Amino acid sequence: MKALRLAVACAVGGLALAATMTTPTRAQQPAPAAGNAPTMDAIRARGTLICGVTTGLAGFAQPDSQGVWRGFDVDYCRAVAVALFNDANRVRYVPTTAQARFTALQSGEVDMLARNTTWTLSRDTSLGFDFTGINFYDGQGFMVKASTGVRTARELEGATICVQPGTTTEQNLTDWARANRIRFTPVVIERLEEVVQAYVAGRCDAYTTDVSGLAATRSAQPNPREHTILPDVISKEPLGPLVRHGDQRFADLLRWIHFGLLGAEELGITSANVQQRMTDANPEVQRMLGRSGDLGRMLGVDNAWMANIIRTVGNYGEIFARNLEPIGIQRGPNALWTQGGLQYSPPFR
Amino acid sequence: MSSSAADPRFASAGPPKRPLRLSWGDERVRGIFWQVLVVGIVGTVIWWLWSNTVHNLEVRRIATGFGFLSREAGLPIGESLIEYDPSNTYLRALTVGVLNTLKVAVIGIVLATILGTVIGIARLSNNWLLSKLAGVYIEVIRDLPLLLQLLFWYTILQGLPGPRQALNPVDGVFLSNRGMKLPFIEWTAAHWWTLLAMVAGIALTWAYARVMRQRQYADGQPRKVWPAGLALIVGVPLAVWVAFGAPFTPDIPVLRGFNFRGGITVSPEFFALLIGLVTYTAGFIAEVVRAGIQSVQHGQWEAAQALGLRRGEILRKIVMPQALRVIIPPLTSNYLNLTKNSSLAVAIGYQDIVSIANTTLNQTGQAIEGIAIIMLVYLTISLSISLFMNWYNAKIALVER
Repeated sequence: MKALRLAVACAVGGLALAATMTTPTRAQQPAPAAGNAPTMDAIRARGTLICGVTTGLAGFAQPDSQGVWRGFDVDYCRAVAVALFNDANRVRYVPTTAQARFTALQSGEVDMLARNTTWTLSRDTSLGFDFTGINFYDGQGFMVKASTGVRTARELEGATICVQPGTTTEQNLTDWARANRIRFTPVVIERLEEVVQAYVAGRCDAYTTDVSGLAATRSAQPNPREHTILPDVISKEPLGPLVRHGDQRFADLLRWIHFGLLGAEELGITSANVQQRMTDANPEVQRMLGRSGDLGRMLGVDNAWMANIIRTVGNYGEIFARNLEPIGIQRGPNALWTQGGLQYSPPFR
Repeated sequence: MSSSAADPRFASAGPPKRPLRLSWGDERVRGIFWQVLVVGIVGTVIWWLWSNTVHNLEVRRIATGFGFLSREAGLPIGESLIEYDPSNTYLRALTVGVLNTLKVAVIGIVLATILGTVIGIARLSNNWLLSKLAGVYIEVIRDLPLLLQLLFWYTILQGLPGPRQALNPVDGVFLSNRGMKLPFIEWTAAHWWTLLAMVAGIALTWAYARVMRQRQYADGQPRKVWPAGLALIVGVPLAVWVAFGAPFTPDIPVLRGFNFRGGITVSPEFFALLIGLVTYTAGFIAEVVRAGIQSVQHGQWEAAQALGLRRGEILRKIVMPQALRVIIPPLTSNYLNLTKNSSLAVAIGYQDIVSIANTTLNQTGQAIEGIAIIMLVYLTISLSISLFMNWYNAKIALVER
């Protein structure tokens, strides 16, 4: 009897264990079936898009004083909502930490991620995701206090460097140090606020993350001039929105929204002039704005999708100027290919 | 339990055995039925959770298995008890994490026990100021969330001056926002032998004390153990050290470049975590100790005094053995709490097993395996503490009727 009771107790304990173990992977929905557009259908049935964003990074995604989310990534969420519902406000934003983001997307807690996520081979394959494009070409850099007089990253020999865990940043840092035979002491802190505070308080000599993130952090300091972003960029960080494997049509939609935003900038269509351009004779403008052809329908949305997006969100250049130029980020590699940058859209045909 | 062993009338088995009847009226058949049912339901639920997870992982093409453990980790670790380099494997990195958790847990448990006992006794003191101070300490510490206290200590330590303006209270000791730098000696093989001799000395002293106690039981004469103990624990290692030529090269920290070189470092992250855990857990242990001592009736003190025992002897030989029965079980819970609370290290950047496993599962994307590793580690540590404390509890338990 006693042994049996013990067995039951063990089994109950085991159950609790198994329950905790499995919760992250089996939330809400059944697994997406291949073929149709399960994610898109689910979003339409729900009436809102659930978009995973950062927990707050100036310029990319941050609630303003009224609690309304604003930023570069947020505008991509809004653009998707416009394409699906013709209403930029039908988005629920879910702030995700660097560590929780992938589980959130895998489990179906969010429909898509638009949050400073670097496109890598392993994330595209073994994590079960599809990256839908590169909306921001970034690279990892270092920020130091101007008072230290450090000019290049090579002078960081022996330094203590603050870094957030769970990202490619950590690996890039060790790769760079090994390649350049630089010894350093890491201080690894999970929350963005804490790691920045540790750097500001002088616990670390340098803080490393993507250059865009450094610019955002620097702009939020009481005196940004006290901090210098070193010129060295030690990695490639192509950032872009991503979705789960298994809904190619939703991935297609996101991919072409990004291209549409680029194409609109290239063709000079802005939120201000989109109404006049509706009657533009240029056939590519006609196709993009849904005046001719059936491009929207091919993606499973209204033919006026791109016109609506440009009217409410603006083109790529407008999104960039509104969100990122105020915090001191230049176009650089994110300029259009016609202006010496890397942003290039395939044709709208 | 023990009463049946003591009284021969109860020694034989209880009620006479009846044959098992296959009927609902038989109490044992009913018992077996319900237990089989419960085990069946639990088993089915576990199987369902398991198969559902495996299915979903397959559908989403998420890699599974523990193969990642032998891949190169590439993650930086600030402090480590064993040699570690980012080119080592994930297994090695996780081992470093486990050792870091053990380091803070073991040192924390020892210090929390000492501090908690002192405060618990202080709270019972006749000195009004002392007992009130201890009371205030316990109430304040116990009522604030631990995470808040950790962030408080970490912020305080970050407020120290930078390495170039480091506080230098004693020669060779530097206190800055990079941590505490202490002088050390250059560790050689001779020092290992000395340490080994000391461990052997402690074991021998313990054996010697045991023999002496047996003799006391035989003839009733108490014998002094400490002179032999001193010779074995201090004298012999010292002799070993001298025999090796008494190597002693001090390793004093000096400021070079961004930071200090040489000496040993206590990092602010470790220090903040240790202070937080020790002060927090000590508040609970103090109450446990107080309850234990108060559980011994005052009559015991008086009776012992009437026998002519000194105060220290009364505490050691009469009160403590009885108080420990009350103290040990809740003390075990506090040790377990301290160990598990050390996972809050993530918030202040001390790289324990949770921190490193989190990074690992993020880089490899294998969340289930990562969480399973964390759970396994804590389960192993906690069960070991429990087993040890239960053994100790059984050993010191008074044989009662």
